[in-house]
Amino acid sequence: MSKTITIDGKTIPFEEGQTIMDAAMAAGVYIPHLCHQPEFTPHGSCKLCTVKVNGRNCSACTFPAADGQDVLNQAEELIEDRKKITQMLFVEGNHFCPSCEKTGNCQLQAVAYHLNMLDNHFPLFYPDRKVDASHAEVMIDHNRCIFCTLCVRASQQKDGKDVFAISGRGIHKHLIVNAQSGLLKDTDVDASDKACAVCPTGAILVKRTGYQVPIGERIYDHKQIDQVSLSTEHPKHGE
Amino acid sequence: MANKIRVATTSLAGCFGCHMSFLDIDERMLQLVEVVEFDRSPITDIEHCTNCDIGLIEGGVCNSENVHVLREFRNNCKILVAVGACAINGGLPAMRNHIPLEECLNEAYLDGIGVENPQIPSDIELPLLLDQVRPIHEVVKIDYFLPGCPPSADVFWKFLTDLIEGREPSLPYELVHYD
Repeated sequence: MSKTITIDGKTIPFEEGQTIMDAAMAAGVYIPHLCHQPEFTPHGSCKLCTVKVNGRNCSACTFPAADGQDVLNQAEELIEDRKKITQMLFVEGNHFCPSCEKTGNCQLQAVAYHLNMLDNHFPLFYPDRKVDASHAEVMIDHNRCIFCTLCVRASQQKDGKDVFAISGRGIHKHLIVNAQSGLLKDTDVDASDKACAVCPTGAILVKRTGYQVPIGERIYDHKQIDQVSLSTEHPKHGE
Repeated sequence: MANKIRVATTSLAGCFGCHMSFLDIDERMLQLVEVVEFDRSPITDIEHCTNCDIGLIEGGVCNSENVHVLREFRNNCKILVAVGACAINGGLPAMRNHIPLEECLNEAYLDGIGVENPQIPSDIELPLLLDQVRPIHEVVKIDYFLPGCPPSADVFWKFLTDLIEGREPSLPYELVHYD
């Protein structure tokens, strides 16, 4: 007999070792997430995928599925929490979508659209952050980094390098690169690295590619992130 | 004229792009003015708003006058709406926030390329600049937000018709854009 969990009352099978996120995605159920990509070790840091498991809040991307779990995903309270988390991500950085080349292709923006986030609610931090444009082909705009560590994991797990890391704590947390000078140009990063393609925001960009697709024709301009996520991260559940 | 809904609009630290986009409702403006009367607005040239139903605010606050105007709107509008990216998060003008004000002024009026007769404007009539550009929800209570740079004409239309016809305003996915 196969094991199952329920998500919002729907019975979903899972295999031993799968997380709630794995089981949900395999069954075509979208749980909002930013720091998670199925091909990398889950990190559980963005907390957008917070679901209620038997009444307790857990990160779906790290929490193992177990037989008989009763999972709430689309509860009003959770959706409100996710909106607040997204608003906090926006006010903690400098996210000026009209002047960002990632707009329309940005997962942070797309999650916000998906949650119908119309305002920032909180006071804005306007933190002082730098841009590292030292590398010929790749740039880092620290203003847009949400510390999801996808680039850190992609560099280690896919590219066989160790270009990125997160340093500092709390408000002083920031992305660093593996070079004595602290500059991207002195690392072994390459524009074709997975680490340069995986950024969910406009923090890591490959130069001279930002406007190849016009605004208005971009990934999330007409499709919601739930649809895109389920079809690209788990192709068998595409439309 | 009697029972028309009174709407006031203004642009604070904005570029009037949101107002231009509002005008892009085109011939629907004729339908709108059947039920709406414009109070203080660049459209009417009325200087101060009084007893309005809806106030539309474009732009964030970058100087003392912006703050006064914003408070006048809050005191006189039943419903106050943040219109566009700058009103919501400061937008493009807020990109000066991590540069000290003195450096901004020096660059613009003293040291910048092509500056003639360099002097920092100090006429008593000029409102004082704030050290940072801030979004309007940090200054007064805002009831609704219309994101976009600018929000499209359809956003204005959907929002205003919802409100005028007594529905809770809502924007469907296609109308929510931050760019």
